[in-house]
Amino acid sequence: MNTKYLIIGNSAGGVGAAEAIRQIDRRGTLTIVSDEPYPAYSRPCISHYLAGECSLEGMLFRPADFYEKNGSTALLGKGVTHLDLVGRKAKLADGQEIAWENLLLATGGTPIFPAIKGSDRQGVFTFTTLDDAKKIREFLKDVSQAVVIGGGLIGISVAEALTKCGLKVVIVEMKERVLNTILDERGSSLVAERLGQAGLRIVTGHTVAEIWGARHGLVKGVTLDSGEDIPCGLVVMAIGVTPRLELVKDSQIKLNRGIVVDRHMATSISDVYACGDVAEAYDLVYEANRLTPIWPNAYLGGRVAGGNMAGVEAKYTGGTAMNALNYFGLAMVSAGLVSPQNGDCEVLSRQYGQSYRKLVLKEGRLAGMVFVGDIEPSGIFFDLLKEGVSVADFKQSLLETDFGLACLPSALWKKKLEVPSKGSSAAEPEIVRSR
Amino acid sequence: MMKVHVREEICMGCGLCEVFCRVEHSESKDLVRAFKQEKALPRVRVERRKPLFLSVQCRHCSEPPCVYACLSGALQKDDSTGKVSIDSGKCIGCWTCMMACPLGAIRRDEVRHVAVKCDLCPNREVPVCVANCPNEALVYAEESQ
Repeated sequence: MNTKYLIIGNSAGGVGAAEAIRQIDRRGTLTIVSDEPYPAYSRPCISHYLAGECSLEGMLFRPADFYEKNGSTALLGKGVTHLDLVGRKAKLADGQEIAWENLLLATGGTPIFPAIKGSDRQGVFTFTTLDDAKKIREFLKDVSQAVVIGGGLIGISVAEALTKCGLKVVIVEMKERVLNTILDERGSSLVAERLGQAGLRIVTGHTVAEIWGARHGLVKGVTLDSGEDIPCGLVVMAIGVTPRLELVKDSQIKLNRGIVVDRHMATSISDVYACGDVAEAYDLVYEANRLTPIWPNAYLGGRVAGGNMAGVEAKYTGGTAMNALNYFGLAMVSAGLVSPQNGDCEVLSRQYGQSYRKLVLKEGRLAGMVFVGDIEPSGIFFDLLKEGVSVADFKQSLLETDFGLACLPSALWKKKLEVPSKGSSAAEPEIVRSR
Repeated sequence: MMKVHVREEICMGCGLCEVFCRVEHSESKDLVRAFKQEKALPRVRVERRKPLFLSVQCRHCSEPPCVYACLSGALQKDDSTGKVSIDSGKCIGCWTCMMACPLGAIRRDEVRHVAVKCDLCPNREVPVCVANCPNEALVYAEESQ
């Protein structure tokens, strides 16, 4: 078959691209291929699914008639086995060949599966797809204790879900603290405290040296590098994800850690785009290309790619690590640089009862932030960070509990609230630096 | 599209928009119950930085960052009306929209564990905040006046 647009991947990036394409081009043939058999579902919801809090229908990212309404062909449960980026052809597992004009690689990430002795035992899982969650749920019946390897976003999500299922859970994190890449020390310790209150045990600074079990292959426990044995019937590997590059690794496409894309989400090969966890796109805090494998960036990157694929120029303003967390009811937000290592950053922080706010300033502009508890105003700060606004003129108000739009220079809040400035033209206020 | 606009030169920060919004978005529609029992939240926020007062609510952005950031698909923009709304049945309370909203216009309903925002009062011709603003600092119009 022939298609004008081929999207490989049916998650945030793929949906973002399909929606952007259809806003521009209602007619061009659009084909979405995924090796997963499900309509687009919310990947972050798999922990809710595991905890029994929602069904597949409840976790659909778009209504069931999404593909039909979009006039797209969804080839689900059919992985691409071979991709010819120059000849513009894709071959599917069932032998079908697709000739495309524009391609989006939204293949996502693959969970990292470290070579630990015994990791081939029955009862060792990863946790990035709905099928992973289904498999774990089926396996849970006879299990009362679990070990989660990795204290990052995936690890804590699965640990929370398993706890809700009634299991005793131990998280083993190699580094000194959980969520060490996205939170500062204080944030990590608040999460650890909350997890402890919920009955989880966290072991930091150690790794799992061996997964052991009965002769017939079932997991019975793990041994840490400290020599400690922890009995468990289930192990989840949650160390992270790595870009899923198998379709392009033998091609001429420019790769670094992921597929390198420019600000149009275009790869080094013409009419081939990439977004999401597989792509290395512009990070506005680091001012360089970087992997930021998070859902909102995948969707945004997909939108940008889709616009360009359909012929209307769109530019990725840049993403950065940005996460809102809600573990056992503890609300948190983090973005950008949260633990600056060198002295060129200024840190403002304040504790307000149960709430905490930390702002990292670099050259008078926001480069990072952590909010705990009262997170409602965090969007105003994230917008200042994203837009590169100089905060020098209102720095003293940044830590005030009632910080809001009214603290900003009038040109800025007027623009946000769509209040016309009297007698002024539509010129951009000078304090906004374009990134 | 029709939106609520604030006239900052007239807004005096009385907060009645918050009060009426809270009651409108309660089950009981009773002032005291909405506050004390239901803990219903207003979808509008009054900022007071003398001499500036602002009533802030969702702009139903043409390129809505909250919709683009939503992890579950609960936030959607209606193509025909332009309205940005949250399907509370689909909201998982992850709060990602909160950090995406440049206005801080999304609130965290801790009782119901969902995000809430201005819905332009679907059961009314004119949003309740506008209808009850004592000095007409809030207007419901296509363009700001």
